[in-house]
Amino acid sequence: MILAAVTPPEQLLERLPLVLRDLVTGFFPEPLRWLVASLLAIVAILAVFGLLFAFLTLAERKILGRIQNRPGPNRTGWFGLLQPFADGIKMLTKEDIVPRAADQLLHFLAPVVLVAAALMTFAVIPYGRHLVPVELDAAVLYFFAAGAATELVVFMAGWASHNKYALLAAMRALAQFISYELPLLLSLVPVVMLTGSLSTTGIVAAQAGWKWSLIPHWHVFTPWGFAGFAIFMVAALAESNRSPFDLPEAESELIAGHLTEYSGFKYALFFMAEYFGMTALSGMAVTLFLGGWQAPLPFLQFIPSYAWFGLKLLALLTGFIWIRATFPRLRMDQLMHFAWKFLVPLALLNLGTAAFWEFTHDWSGPLQLARWALALAFVAGPFVALGRRLTAGLGPRQYTYAAA
Amino acid sequence: MNAVLVLIALLMVASAAVALSLRNIVRSTLLFVVNWFGLALFYLWAGAEFVAFAQVLVYVGAVSMVTLFAVLLTRRSLDEPGISPESRSRAAAGIITGCAVAGVLAGAVLRTKFPVASTPAIPTVTVRDIGRELMGPQAAGLLVVGVILTVALIGAIVLAATDRPANREDAP
Repeated sequence: MILAAVTPPEQLLERLPLVLRDLVTGFFPEPLRWLVASLLAIVAILAVFGLLFAFLTLAERKILGRIQNRPGPNRTGWFGLLQPFADGIKMLTKEDIVPRAADQLLHFLAPVVLVAAALMTFAVIPYGRHLVPVELDAAVLYFFAAGAATELVVFMAGWASHNKYALLAAMRALAQFISYELPLLLSLVPVVMLTGSLSTTGIVAAQAGWKWSLIPHWHVFTPWGFAGFAIFMVAALAESNRSPFDLPEAESELIAGHLTEYSGFKYALFFMAEYFGMTALSGMAVTLFLGGWQAPLPFLQFIPSYAWFGLKLLALLTGFIWIRATFPRLRMDQLMHFAWKFLVPLALLNLGTAAFWEFTHDWSGPLQLARWALALAFVAGPFVALGRRLTAGLGPRQYTYAAA
Repeated sequence: MNAVLVLIALLMVASAAVALSLRNIVRSTLLFVVNWFGLALFYLWAGAEFVAFAQVLVYVGAVSMVTLFAVLLTRRSLDEPGISPESRSRAAAGIITGCAVAGVLAGAVLRTKFPVASTPAIPTVTVRDIGRELMGPQAAGLLVVGVILTVALIGAIVLAATDRPANREDAP
């Protein structure tokens, strides 16, 4: 971990993780300290994100329930707070059925590799000023390389199940993941180009400071950053297999997709990995576009940086749940059209917008207004034009038997 | 440090050997993915973390998918190989191909001059250096690779496209 030079005297709360780490590593001899520090980081990540996963499932069920005008789980503990643990015990005690024709080894390996790969992505996200588990020069690349195992695992699960539906659904899921990986990666290229860094700490540091001590220098508050953030979040929804892109495991589609032949705790592991992936992608979005652990206003800096990161992360995750409650599921062909005809062209055009923004860096006065207007036009123009073209002649829908 | 290298080499050789000896072609493809992952580990061991992550992203993420799709879409029955494995022509073809590849590799290795101990410290190559190198002296090569990939992509689209008139109902 790198200690950044900070101008205001740092409070105890901000340094608390460092103090705790030094307290624990102090018990061990010098040559072992690096190992203990790494193990501590791993334990902290497992504990924090394991619990976050547990309570995220509860929050999802509660919020979905409230949106659908019902209370949601409320019988286990106060307000259903113990529900995740009851679910966990239920999943652990369920029978684990493996089909006789299945490829036993790959069938077992698929959920294990998936969870391992999902956990590895947490290593490079800067959770706070002093809270970066692993500092890497190419951290963004590492993040997506670790995530690349997902596609392989979906294929392994589908093929090893020895079930037609599982294999078909796995191929479809692969098509979806590969299609949406393109806009996901293209939308973050402007961030890497403009900050000139692939390291997550470098990207967060580039978003420090405020304009007129009011508007933070976060990437989302620039035209290209806003477009990139929107594309990134839509692609992240599809990559983490969430509604409205949850075709791979939707029960009304090909049974339960590549999960058809999974039961008991292996089934739970797939969902654990899905929530981990969603959390990690949201954390990456916070890092790339929402200023990472930076406070939104200068006078709010007394709140420790990791609290700001947590708040932004929870806000994005709530957005994921809200979207699930709001939007109907897409059809397979709509899914493909949306990725290749809409998101990919917009992400490519966004590269041009980012270049324009960078090269007009020294425009001032009225030219500054022109810079904003032109950049916004570059973002909104193609969005409106492409959207109109793709939906031409489709609406408004005629309702024969229902009131519109 | 050398023990780690030996372990990585063992992983790669073992995965390649088992992949070649297996009858189940999907399993051997997955073992080749293990092999590519071992190559990424080797780059990591050699200190080229950017290349290692790129290797995982491209080979484990993308090339493995292309290979698996190709395997699933071309072979009618997964368990029956097209030519019987014990035939003499197959053995001859295997030996000739193997010798040719070994010859090319050996020639390349023998013709390369290894600078022994000329660089005392390990040179640190950052991502920035790689980027400058790619945008400066190697820009032409990068462009050629990009053009080849674009041509391949357009070719794939042409092969896959059908001339069926679009159904109005199916539009997004």
